[in-house]
Amino acid sequence: MADFIYLIPLAPLVSFVVLFLTLGKMPKRLVTVTGVGSIAISASIVFLLGFEYLSQLDPQPYAVSLYTWMNLGGFTPKVSFYIDGLSLVMMFVITGVGLLIHIYSALFMFEDKDYSRFFSYMNLFVSAMLLLVLADNLMLLFVGWEGVGLCSYLLVGFWHEESANGAAARKAFIVTRVGDTFMALGMFLLFWHLGTLDIQPMVEQAGNTWQTGDSMATIACLLLVGGAVGKSAQLPLQTWLPDAMAGPTPVSALIHAATMVTAGVYLIARTHELFLLSPVALNVVALIGSITLLMAAFTAMTQTDIKRILAYSTISQIGYMFLALGVGAWSWGIFHLMTHAFFKALLFLGAGAVIYSLHHEHNIFKMGGLRTKLPVAFWSFMIGSAALAALPFTAGFYSKDGILLAAYHHGEFGPWFWGAGLLGALLTSIYSFRLVFVVFFGATKTQPEAPAGWGMAVPLIVLCFLAIIGGQFQLPVTSVFPAAAEMDHSGAIAYITPAVPIIGVLIAYLIFLRHSISITGWTESTLGKRLNRFWFSHWAMDWLYGHLFVKPYVSITRINKHDIVDWFYNFVAETTSFAHDISSTTQTGQLRTYAAVMVAGLVIIISIFLGVSLP
Amino acid sequence: MTEAVVIPMEHGLLLAAILFSIGLGGVMVRRNIILILMSLEIMLNACALAFVVAGARWAEADGQIMFMLVLTIAAAEVAVGLGLLLQVHRRFGTLDIDRANRMRG
Repeated sequence: MADFIYLIPLAPLVSFVVLFLTLGKMPKRLVTVTGVGSIAISASIVFLLGFEYLSQLDPQPYAVSLYTWMNLGGFTPKVSFYIDGLSLVMMFVITGVGLLIHIYSALFMFEDKDYSRFFSYMNLFVSAMLLLVLADNLMLLFVGWEGVGLCSYLLVGFWHEESANGAAARKAFIVTRVGDTFMALGMFLLFWHLGTLDIQPMVEQAGNTWQTGDSMATIACLLLVGGAVGKSAQLPLQTWLPDAMAGPTPVSALIHAATMVTAGVYLIARTHELFLLSPVALNVVALIGSITLLMAAFTAMTQTDIKRILAYSTISQIGYMFLALGVGAWSWGIFHLMTHAFFKALLFLGAGAVIYSLHHEHNIFKMGGLRTKLPVAFWSFMIGSAALAALPFTAGFYSKDGILLAAYHHGEFGPWFWGAGLLGALLTSIYSFRLVFVVFFGATKTQPEAPAGWGMAVPLIVLCFLAIIGGQFQLPVTSVFPAAAEMDHSGAIAYITPAVPIIGVLIAYLIFLRHSISITGWTESTLGKRLNRFWFSHWAMDWLYGHLFVKPYVSITRINKHDIVDWFYNFVAETTSFAHDISSTTQTGQLRTYAAVMVAGLVIIISIFLGVSLP
Repeated sequence: MTEAVVIPMEHGLLLAAILFSIGLGGVMVRRNIILILMSLEIMLNACALAFVVAGARWAEADGQIMFMLVLTIAAAEVAVGLGLLLQVHRRFGTLDIDRANRMRG
């Protein structure tokens, strides 16, 4: 299958070109066949490739080099793809979940007038994402990295007639670009010091060049983390993700939950040998992860928009992945990435089904009692929320449990990280079941239309299945990452960790379903109101950034409206123009005047020469 | 043998200068193109006279050679000048040079 690897990113790319160039003139059936079929081709090649790779006794990673991209002195990046356990897992997630979401979109977006444009962008996204995870060098990875950023921009602003969507798209693009700038700087630094950007030789060279704890290694790692936090919506660049929910729901499921936002996690995992040289950078990653997961969890509890709740929970879950990477539990982080892709895609698609049936209603307090009316969406949410809350025996349980245990056993700060993760887990189960209880139980507030058809139900059912059994998958990443330390699975910790989500569900049950604990007294108090507002605005980060960056920038641009630098050039141009006006008045067209002036000039010149030579 | 009457060089040059000034004045003052051309001829011939006088003073043939050259140039100039004159007349319907001032800045 190695000969067909180039087809994996190429098939969606070709489909993108076809759909883009036909400008929506193709019949919808044909668009569906092209858009979904290209992903199906990629997915089947990935699965065959994975089967071939994993059926070997001792699978060895290998690189497939297609051609030399450019040759600049000593710098010769190749277009070459690297196949190992990590890239295979990522490709499984991208093409597998991607295929399900494409099938779902075929029905979800069918009424949209820009059906073809939607599929062309989605295919371009899948192609770029596959390029990102397949790339053997950081240059090519960066191409995919920027490609998914572009597609995110295009798809968040997909319904561009509304200016708010355009603003959300710009915000997503600009904020991630801040991170990408750091990443580019990190790449320059790595190339400057190590002389190559091919990942495998690069990390080897890094091990030879830098001692563990070298400050240059720390700087390089922190710059890469800058790129990762931008793309993966972590502190301090997470503000774009909730607004990115302006895009169509399948986009949120594919890009802003399952794949693109986990690219930062992938980047750190891919260059983990580099990060092992810098314990400081790893601690920073863990710290960012744990703070972000708590901040986002508090915010998710106060939100009322169904998609924004899921967006904040995505930020929070990626925080767990960062925590896992930071404490060196690489394979647990990737494992959580995979299970999160399953259950979060499930939750988003379920939310899409609810929104679809309720005529684009997003407020959860206007929903209610949908349990019997939308059974497929209900069970999707039940299973998805159970996995999100990490209830025992769901996919999320195994991954989150692993992360928390690994965090506990990590050095002197371990218990603190564990505590933060545990509090986050409690909050996660409360907000996810708050969502379920408010939306699906209680009195019906909005009558839903007939539930969506099979085209949307089948992907949901498959994802339900994956969200349950996903925890049993054995990831082929043991050869990629250094072996994790033996963990002590006994003791109180091993019992507290899985018990906390169950307590959270009970609390949510008592508050939002039985109403036996009243929280109105708390939420109506002054402090409660303030805290609620504070959390609702996501710790006032948008306000802070607005005052720190946006407003000063806007006032500077207002001062510079007429471009201060231009003043100098305008002065030069105006002086020239003035001189021209003066000298052109001498051109009267009167031949006799010319002759007279010439004589006068001649007389003056001769007089000067005579005056100089005579005395 | 009668002695040749020698005209002093200063007289010849003075005549040439007067002729040149007359021509120059004509070019500056006249509006009719034909008269401007004629004034130019006078200026040319004034120059040629200066050459001849100078050639006679130093008994060199150069002055007369230069005279032949100026004569040729004057003939060529008249040919071109009359051609232009015809065109001006055809375009503007007049020989007044002040009316042909389309090239003003």
